[in-house]
Amino acid sequence: MKETTSTNESLATVDQQLSSKQLQRRNFLKLAGAGAAGVAFLGMVGCSKDDDGPDQGGDGLYFGSGDIAILNYAYALEQLEAAFYIEVANKPYSGMSDWEKMLFTDIRDHEIAHREFFKAALGTNAISNLEFNFGAVNFSNRDNVLATAKTFEDLGVSAYNGAGWLIKDVAYLGLAGKIVSVEARHAALVRDLISNGSFANSEVIDSNGLDVANSPTVVLQAAAPFIKSKVDVRDLPTY
Amino acid sequence: MNLFNIFDSITQVDPEFNERVSPRRDAIRNMMSFGKKVSLAAMPFVMSDLFSRAYGQTPTDVNGVLNYALTLEYLEAEYYTIGASTAGLVPTGPAAGAIATIRDHENAHVAFLKQVLGNAAVAKPTFDFTAGGAFANVFSNYDTFLALAQAFEDTGVRAYKGQAGILKGNRVVLTAALQIHSVEARHASHIRQMRRARGGAAANQKPWITGANDSGIGAAVDPVYAGEDLKVQAGVDITTLNGVSGKLSADAATQSFDEPLAAPAVLDIAKLFIR
Repeated sequence: MKETTSTNESLATVDQQLSSKQLQRRNFLKLAGAGAAGVAFLGMVGCSKDDDGPDQGGDGLYFGSGDIAILNYAYALEQLEAAFYIEVANKPYSGMSDWEKMLFTDIRDHEIAHREFFKAALGTNAISNLEFNFGAVNFSNRDNVLATAKTFEDLGVSAYNGAGWLIKDVAYLGLAGKIVSVEARHAALVRDLISNGSFANSEVIDSNGLDVANSPTVVLQAAAPFIKSKVDVRDLPTY
Repeated sequence: MNLFNIFDSITQVDPEFNERVSPRRDAIRNMMSFGKKVSLAAMPFVMSDLFSRAYGQTPTDVNGVLNYALTLEYLEAEYYTIGASTAGLVPTGPAAGAIATIRDHENAHVAFLKQVLGNAAVAKPTFDFTAGGAFANVFSNYDTFLALAQAFEDTGVRAYKGQAGILKGNRVVLTAALQIHSVEARHASHIRQMRRARGGAAANQKPWITGANDSGIGAAVDPVYAGEDLKVQAGVDITTLNGVSGKLSADAATQSFDEPLAAPAVLDIAKLFIR
């Protein structure tokens, strides 16, 4: 479907920095997400032998099932974004303007707020802290940082959009709604920093005026190159 | 048309709605896997068919939400269509490009919702974007035009959020509503940047909402931002959580969560612009 394609396209810029092994994974994902074959990923066994990404079954961090699993899924994505922006704010790329510094400090704090909120809300059901691999990101390079930020923000929007209907508890659905529009505000801003006016271009918005929605399976596969920890998402609702 | 009839139909939510929908999930799932095989252009037709099958017994609830959305999209679509075609209003270049992009999205949302609703779609109201003269220069003063655009976008984001609960568990309609919702948020982010670039009262605009009414245009838009300054989410006070150095600030707490707005409040805002 178009949704999958556009996400993969938006990943393309980041992929320039990725190793060939990760590129192979991406091609695999592209195939898997290209059609009904994506459903075969439900078992999450596709990448279980890889050692540079999350092992999505077996002895990894168990997300739980039902709404708890979806909240842990959101928690994992917010951990990823927070970790990334903490780095961005710590190591400003060369030529970062004061305005950009303020924006990235704001975004960092938003992602920390989301992360810490999920941690508090999940309580004892929360997964542990994930470890990330940002080796493919050159934090001193503006283009590279912005391209990665764009990938994460568009992916985050697509993740909440695609997981909304899987949520059973109306309060959790409401919270996801409160967060996703902030991610969309980030996505638009980052895109405008890359190229003014690209806040909602045809990479992410289709002819019906709809943004991207991706299943948890597709999102986790796209995030896989950045996640070092092993995760166990066997009971995470997806489609 | 009477907006309050729409409001009534939305609030009279069938308490058995979810039970009634659940047995039909398999039908929806089957339809969606079929949908993956048809071209994107044909999707609205597939969805339309799906609605009549899956919600044949309770069309008013889902349709009520969809018509509520359609009404707001009518308003936005006409607003940007007039703005984009008014000579001398929007500067040529990036500004005109952005307004055209947003206009096209809002018109696409209208077309999409009308196609989904079919015969059940409400007609377009007659709008008065001066709000009875309160914004008399809305199509002659670019700053007024942008200020009102921001109010509409931020309201739109809140309005969709407010209806998500009614669509809970509904793969097709909830997902489509969320997909529109995030587009409105992207618009809001960009309009806020456009306003910041204009300086003056808008010089401190950020792409996200800080506190409550941060628009810089005064109390006229207080209702748009009422409640946006919430700092406690699901019992968790965000300002008690650890940030990088010390606790998260009140600004960060309010910026990081956008708040929903209930239909009565949204319609109170919308009816200012409906003749």
